[in-house]
Amino acid sequence: MRRAWVSVLIGLVVVAAGVALASLRVNPYVYFAGYVILQYVVIATAWNILGGYGGYVNFGTPAFFALGAYTAVVLIQLMKAPLPVLIVAGGLVSALLGLGIGYLTLRLRGTFFSIATLALSVVLQTMIINWEYVGGSRGISVIRPSGPPFGNYVVFLFTVMLALAVGAVLVARFIERSWIGRGLAALRDNEEAAECMGVPTLRLKLFATTISGFLLGVAGAPFPYYVTFVVPDSAFALDYAVNALAMPMIGGTTSWMGPVIGAVLVGTAQQLATVTISSDLNLLIVGVVLVAFVVLAPEGILGLVRRLRAP
Amino acid sequence: MFSWDLLANAVVAGVLLGGFYAAVSLGIGLIFGLLDIANIAQPAFLILGAYAAYVMNSAYGLDPILAGIAFTPVFYLLGAVVYRVYYGSFERRGQESLRGLVFFFGILFIIEVSLSRKFGVDYRLVQAGYIGKSIDLGGIGISFRYLVPCLVGVAMTLALYLFLARTFYGRAIMAVSQDQAALRLMGADPIRIKTIAFGIGIAAASLAGALLIMIAPVIPSTDRDYIGRMFAITVLGGMGSIGGTLVAAVILGVVESIMATFFGPSWSLAVSFGILLAALAVRPSGLFGR
Repeated sequence: MRRAWVSVLIGLVVVAAGVALASLRVNPYVYFAGYVILQYVVIATAWNILGGYGGYVNFGTPAFFALGAYTAVVLIQLMKAPLPVLIVAGGLVSALLGLGIGYLTLRLRGTFFSIATLALSVVLQTMIINWEYVGGSRGISVIRPSGPPFGNYVVFLFTVMLALAVGAVLVARFIERSWIGRGLAALRDNEEAAECMGVPTLRLKLFATTISGFLLGVAGAPFPYYVTFVVPDSAFALDYAVNALAMPMIGGTTSWMGPVIGAVLVGTAQQLATVTISSDLNLLIVGVVLVAFVVLAPEGILGLVRRLRAP
Repeated sequence: MFSWDLLANAVVAGVLLGGFYAAVSLGIGLIFGLLDIANIAQPAFLILGAYAAYVMNSAYGLDPILAGIAFTPVFYLLGAVVYRVYYGSFERRGQESLRGLVFFFGILFIIEVSLSRKFGVDYRLVQAGYIGKSIDLGGIGISFRYLVPCLVGVAMTLALYLFLARTFYGRAIMAVSQDQAALRLMGADPIRIKTIAFGIGIAAASLAGALLIMIAPVIPSTDRDYIGRMFAITVLGGMGSIGGTLVAAVILGVVESIMATFFGPSWSLAVSFGILLAALAVRPSGLFGR
């Protein structure tokens, strides 16, 4: 239990460092780009709980992310709900969807599960496009509440996302080190064998899909205030699906550190490439690096480091 | 006010669309249905085929179908190379499920982004004498833009069926899908057979892509619309049953066409994915499961 407190403490220090950075008032673009990178830390970590620990590849990340974002849009439209409410509500709604795809794993395994999540994303996008209340295909503009607690609004959102990222990583780390993580690893390696050994596979899978969905929704909830104009194409962007699995794959899927390393490296590279070269080239680079990693270094950066250390 | 005329038109248009969907799904039926390789990059190869036809058509005025056929050897080789990489990196090590899937997802992404870098995000289309024409059968209009792809699709289905049923390599592909070890004992190399099958599947995407750009203008991200359709048809058609693929394609085409006519085209995409989800959840072996 002591070690858990130490990690929480380290998390708090990271958040405090972020707040300090927020008060430094460096170039505003740093916060703008930093928000996106931290958002990917949450997304990659959330994906990895199901994909890396449990071995169920989710291609439907945009569905969960956008569900969080659009839950926030509805709540802003209805009653101008404050940001913490948006985050919790967005997370809960996405968690429900996660629970739903958890039950899907009863019948669908491996490839079929992945294709179903891909289908889910498109069905959800079509529904949002046809729902006029949240702007339909034309999108909707969201007005930020005036007067954030500190700094300007982007700096405030950056700090919030940093706290969320630290929280997500702590959750992932806790899962990995508890019996839940070992159970998920068992069902990733051989689901039938795990079931036979008495691992409660269904409960574990439902837990993993729900918590993964929750975190993805949480990542999406501040999105309307960040972009201030939400269109289905941006909330359901394929970038999220690719990055969500590319980042853990590049970093390493077996440890909580992998998605963080992957998200920070790939996310930073993308932000730099967007500014200096062009935005579609950065996506191309991600694709090529992803394919190179799954072919040449299947264990990711963590695996490479481990291999170098081993004699 | 229910219009029977509208319904009849929608059904005919749906059947024609179905023939085209069959052409689109044959490749993935072979690769995913028979070889059990989850090649989610297949729609990207389809779009690549469409752009190949576009380039040949706009630069040299070549007929899109001829262009599609002309590119099949190139696509066959491309498919063979992709399969060899896939086999060497994943299948041989028994890691095909997770990493193989990610590998194909990466390829899908690379092709799509490369195309949008080269051609931009403007809609592209092809020209041919017969594309604008149509015939009228007692109030039901049949445009050649749909009729020709449908006929080519049916011809492709027939050709693939005959290939699988009658030729040595076709039967070997059927055998490798049933029992790889047994095929090895018979003295055939399963990897070689799978390379051939994968190549044919990708080659089919070349011709199907040429049909696609005939029916409607294409942008690089069109591939996403076809992921659901392809897999819905393959799963519904019973995983690699060629006749089943054609029937499932026509069912999907008719349902989509009716939805588009009566509820608006923005819903038609949800139909294919909805059918796919329902098929996966209720009857994963499809309508014509083996």
